[in-house]
Amino acid sequence: MLRRVLYIDLGNEDAWVEERQDLFDQWMGGTGVGIKLLMEECPEGVDPLSPKAPIIFCIGPLNGMFPVATKMVATFKSPLTGELGESYAGGRLPLAARFAGHEAIVIRGAAERPSYISINNSDVKIKDATSIWGVEAQTAGMILREHEPGIGRRSIIRIGPAGENLVRYAGVVVDTYRHLGRLGLGAVFGSKKLKAMVISGTEHVEIPDHKRYREVYNKLYQTTVQTDVMEKYHDIGTSVNINVLNWLKGLPTKNFQSSSFPEAENISGEILADKYLFRRLSCAGCPIGCIHIAQLKSAFSTHHEFEVRKVSYDYEPIYSLGSNLGVSSAEGLLQLIDACERLGLDVMSAGVVLAWATEAYERDMITPQETLGVPLQWNNVKSYMNALEYIVRPPNEFYAALAKGVDYASAKYGGADFAMALGGNEVSGYHTGPASIVGQIVGVRHSHLDNAGYSIDQKAAKKQLSPEQMVDEIINEDNSRGVFNSLVGCLFARGVYTSENIIDALGAVGIEKTKDDLDSLGKRIFDEKYRFKTREGFDLSKVRVPKRFYETVSTLGKVDPQTVDEMLRLYRKKRGWL
Amino acid sequence: MSYSIRRIDACRVGRRGADLGMADSSEAKVISERVSVAGQETKPKPKKRRRLKVAHPERCIGCLGCMFACSRVHTGNVSLRDSAIKIQTQGGIEGDFRVVVCRGCNDPPCVRACPVGALERKPDGSVVFHEELCTGCGQCQDACLIGAISLGRGSKPIKCMHCGACVAFCPHGVLTFEEVPS
Repeated sequence: MLRRVLYIDLGNEDAWVEERQDLFDQWMGGTGVGIKLLMEECPEGVDPLSPKAPIIFCIGPLNGMFPVATKMVATFKSPLTGELGESYAGGRLPLAARFAGHEAIVIRGAAERPSYISINNSDVKIKDATSIWGVEAQTAGMILREHEPGIGRRSIIRIGPAGENLVRYAGVVVDTYRHLGRLGLGAVFGSKKLKAMVISGTEHVEIPDHKRYREVYNKLYQTTVQTDVMEKYHDIGTSVNINVLNWLKGLPTKNFQSSSFPEAENISGEILADKYLFRRLSCAGCPIGCIHIAQLKSAFSTHHEFEVRKVSYDYEPIYSLGSNLGVSSAEGLLQLIDACERLGLDVMSAGVVLAWATEAYERDMITPQETLGVPLQWNNVKSYMNALEYIVRPPNEFYAALAKGVDYASAKYGGADFAMALGGNEVSGYHTGPASIVGQIVGVRHSHLDNAGYSIDQKAAKKQLSPEQMVDEIINEDNSRGVFNSLVGCLFARGVYTSENIIDALGAVGIEKTKDDLDSLGKRIFDEKYRFKTREGFDLSKVRVPKRFYETVSTLGKVDPQTVDEMLRLYRKKRGWL
Repeated sequence: MSYSIRRIDACRVGRRGADLGMADSSEAKVISERVSVAGQETKPKPKKRRRLKVAHPERCIGCLGCMFACSRVHTGNVSLRDSAIKIQTQGGIEGDFRVVVCRGCNDPPCVRACPVGALERKPDGSVVFHEELCTGCGQCQDACLIGAISLGRGSKPIKCMHCGACVAFCPHGVLTFEEVPS
């Protein structure tokens, strides 16, 4: 197995490789190695946008080796929350890193002028990117393709204008359609004058026991394609949940004022699949193909002249830029998603920020002078398009505040009760009940994917779960996902990778682990992340819960603040923090 | 049911003890026959040659499962470079995929181009590669217009054997086998 860490110093234009066998032995890879390197590299209390704040990329031992082990993790200090930043993406990124021979990449310092990193096997160059600074993310990718080697097996990750202008929730676009979206990695790139990174390589990985490897591969492949574990992602995709959560009263609508959207059907996965879907794609190494691409064809004159855009969609962008903004047409929704893609914004945070602004505008907390005459109203797609452009290139204080996230904007203009963030991160698209809220509060990166509280709520809707049982499930997911995210697998495939299968897969590539080893690794990774969080000022007892969560009916009925408090108390107790 | 991923029945194929997941039993049978022919140097009853066909390139989702299968079965390791089949992009994943693999020509230019006879056309039309004769000159690569031959380690050509491993691991029916008209 490869055990190399590539260090790149943008300030000194230097790069070198270190063998870090111990690091990988102890922390596996992926998020485990990622948090350990972040602890090593990130000075305490550093400004996340200063040259001293590092960016760390890690893959894990299963990437490229087995089906659906298709993610790479980035760890950094988040400019949005001021504590742990962690984001995952697939596409061809993990595979390209694997065949370039780098399991981890550490980026230090800042470049003097706009630059991009080109990695081709052990050849690492820092190149001038002045001529593409300011260029939209998609176009920047097209241009770099012409200049870099490795066609068909490389990965090109880049920021758009949002990252360059330090929007606190700017993302990094990966190979078009995939994203290191959350918690502001794009702004960290921007602060380093780093426009893009291109990785490719031609290495191969020696397998110790070919026969055993093929046996395990075939078993996992069959589980992936034969069983129903993955069917949801294959057919309609994640957006199948729009109708489902709407029926369950869990679909946040108009800034969580309601949990069902009368016009949800218009923007549902079913309608998108029937009318707009023209292609599905997969991350390299995954036979499912869950990336759904819609064709958005719009006339720009009355003479049958059309613009055609290819827009990838999923559940979360439909929630954040659809139901949560009251957008009731698929065309409008796709336009907004496309705008975020071009500008390089995290769709989830962008949607939540706009939803807060719309409600604040409705309540006259924000004036038309502040919005520069843009009427921020539900379903007003044109206004939202204008607002997104203004957020990325803020012409005044108001839009500059929006660019810093909903916590910042509501602290300045009021309306904290309906500023939908937990732990500083704009929330995901679930109003399913207390487990979703608590899960995002305690989660290491305040994401629904830390522990899938939304899924625990849905389980509780079928079979009564006590607050204690919910907390137990959250803790179990917190820990086990730390292991899975060290491999690094796609969370959609978590059903395929049972502990037993993980042990088999690791064994087949020469890493012998027991169930106890994995359990203790999960716990250690979680603890290490909390060490970073608390070091950077996170305090679980001070997390603000917007009142709106308690006002709107959820899948499990109205959520009682006491239930949330009780679950947080139990969580601390079980974590040994009381 | 809209779920179009093929059912895979694991079966055992003789070559290098490889375990292949086969798309269906008829394909599995063809592969084991071909493999045993190559392995035992004996000729069973005459049969038609079968070769890979890129039947539906527009259905490709870019998973690269075929490339991994090829290197896994033929080298035992994990590699994209060592695969005889290549999935290429044209304008990134926003564009269409190109599936590049040997067409199994009846009058193979790669064989004619080889100055030392390392590529040999068998009476049934299949092409075998004699590695020990190969000098790594690369003329076979130049002779193939579609770019189906790439040079691997030691500049030796990576030549598709039409074994069908890639067919078995294509989840969208992009690849099939076809019988070669005599």
